Amino acid sequence: MVTTFVFLLTAVVMLVAALIAVLKDNLVHAAMGLVVTLFGTAVLFVLMEAYFLAVAQVVIYVGAIAILIVFSIMLTRRVGAAWGAQTNPTWPFALLVAGLLTVLVTRMVRAWAPDQVLPAAAAVPADITARLGAALVDPNGYVVPFEVASVLLLAALIGAVYVAWGGRKAEKETHK
Amino acid sequence: MAFLQDPTLIVEWLRQLLLGWGLSPALTSLALYVLGALALATGPLLWVIFLIWFERKAVARIQDRLGPNRVGKYGLLQPFADVLKLLTKEDIIPAKADKFLYWMAPILSLAGVLLLWPAVPLGKGIGGNVNVAVLYLVAVGTLSTFAILVAGWSANNKYALLGAFRTVAQMISYEVPIVLALLVPVLLARSMNLQAIVAAQDVWFVVAAPLPALIFFVASIAEVGRTPFDLLEAESEIIAGFHIEYSGMKFAMFFAGEFLHAFTVGVLGAVLFFGGWRGPGAEAYPILGLFYLWLKAFLLYFVIVWVRGTFPRVRIDHLLDFTWKFLTPLALVVLMATAVLDKALVRAGAWPRALGLLVVNAVIWLLAQRWLRKVEKRLEPPMVAQPGQYPVARYTPPEPQAAEGD
Amino acid sequence: MDSTWVFIGVFFALAPLLAAAPIVIGHYLGPSKPNPIKNDVYECGLKTVGDAWVRFKVQYYLFALVFLIFDVELVFLYPWAVAYDMLPTFAVLEGLLFIVMLLAALVYAWKREALDWYD
Repeated sequence: MVTTFVFLLTAVVMLVAALIAVLKDNLVHAAMGLVVTLFGTAVLFVLMEAYFLAVAQVVIYVGAIAILIVFSIMLTRRVGAAWGAQTNPTWPFALLVAGLLTVLVTRMVRAWAPDQVLPAAAAVPADITARLGAALVDPNGYVVPFEVASVLLLAALIGAVYVAWGGRKAEKETHK
Repeated sequence: MAFLQDPTLIVEWLRQLLLGWGLSPALTSLALYVLGALALATGPLLWVIFLIWFERKAVARIQDRLGPNRVGKYGLLQPFADVLKLLTKEDIIPAKADKFLYWMAPILSLAGVLLLWPAVPLGKGIGGNVNVAVLYLVAVGTLSTFAILVAGWSANNKYALLGAFRTVAQMISYEVPIVLALLVPVLLARSMNLQAIVAAQDVWFVVAAPLPALIFFVASIAEVGRTPFDLLEAESEIIAGFHIEYSGMKFAMFFAGEFLHAFTVGVLGAVLFFGGWRGPGAEAYPILGLFYLWLKAFLLYFVIVWVRGTFPRVRIDHLLDFTWKFLTPLALVVLMATAVLDKALVRAGAWPRALGLLVVNAVIWLLAQRWLRKVEKRLEPPMVAQPGQYPVARYTPPEPQAAEGD
Repeated sequence: MDSTWVFIGVFFALAPLLAAAPIVIGHYLGPSKPNPIKNDVYECGLKTVGDAWVRFKVQYYLFALVFLIFDVELVFLYPWAVAYDMLPTFAVLEGLLFIVMLLAALVYAWKREALDWYD
């Protein structure tokens, strides 16, 4: 009961925040809306007893990615003023597609749920994080994605630094 | 006096009391949670009032001053007078500010620090027992970062925004060595649960991991934004930094948040590296454990105050170099060495393992020192005036006068 | 639900209230005599030019970027550290390889002067 209540509350807050993120013309407000949405996702993970995922969500998305977004907003343009229109001429079509998708998903879920007996939630083992860690570096588990992820992140860093930063000398040249 | 041995008896007693009043079991549980949360949150908040007095007094003594000494004995009532003053101050809201975010920032700032507390184990079987506590601390820490960013941006003041940007750059930069250093106790205890980390410290982790402890401590001081890393309020450059437009109680919340955060760093340092609540008799009497934790935390906090009273502020390029080019690589190397050695010594007892790790830490530290000296020589030419160069002032003590009449 | 997380949930609801209470009290206790000069931006007595929401230098972005990479990778390492007792030597080496990649990222950013502060 409590879980349902918290879920509904979180869902409403997330929806409002998501709308702010999309609709606000003040970019910093939009970014804050995004932050609240990302944080709400972490709350949902907690409700599903995925504690590690919840804290990882906050550390990565709220702590790092959101800050990167806010930084990049403040770096690219004057953010005080409202900037440009929020929609483009094709917005009715987008609304139509979104509406249809909503109907479709709702129908699918409704068609599926009554016939299914949901398996009782299995008790989460106490050493779930340790198991996750072991699986990440297990040769029969996820060791390849694990290592590929590190290479990917390295490549992302190299690419980003290469694009954004020409080194101190080049940067001084461009600012002259 | 049975509750001295088992503080959960108090909770049980309260539960029975509330049930006796006719509350439903679910409501009783909720009421107990709320009571517990209130106790855990107001405790640190009241403690801050004493901390402010203590810090002013300690820094004053370091600087050969008296510090607060008028209101009450030893000026002990000074912080209360300050609170009253701040409460009755005018709450100025800049006309151009972003009102909603302007209000949110100080709340977020203090709440971000308070939220660290539920993860802290206060004694055997009392306090935090969060399964992913260490990452939880990191996650909650991001709230403080956001508070500063929001504060700096919402005030619509150039100095505030500059200060906020600097601070956030500093905080995220120092978060890397902190997260790396935190990995070492997690690795040694095989758990992210702080209660388990305390339980694993038959030998305090500061013996097995002195360098991570030092890295954590130094980087945390920077994370809190205290001297010598208090660039966020470099008065001569950006006035008060991100909270320049804040006055009255809103300013006080930032202030209280900073003080409480400094003490919380002491608590976390004690839990992670100094055995937390462990000490003689703490197993039998958990209240004693609370006292030990408080004592260790207070000693660490005193070191932070001591550092504040001693060191001058660093320059921003030095500040960022220090974390990215020294603390981070050092933490990475220590982490790798600890991981390898810990696996190699897995069969050894607690003490041999700790001492082995201690030796490795010492070796790494010596190598780092050598490397630092080399870099130092390359970076800073000796400050001696050369002919043709701009003269550099240097104080040479006067030659002692030869006694006359020789 | 784990009871500690219920407690944390309650705490999350209460902590902002506790932090907000003094602010709200102070807001109503203090006098309120606003005037245009008092409510103006404080920039050392100089008249303010434009608003503060101006562009900033790219340097800040770079630090955030490098931090992001480190943050993501380090979160992966925590389960690895927790599972340390269950890991064979091979798995330990896998983790070390991961850390070496981090070190490589650091060295690259360092050599590219992305970590240097410039004016």
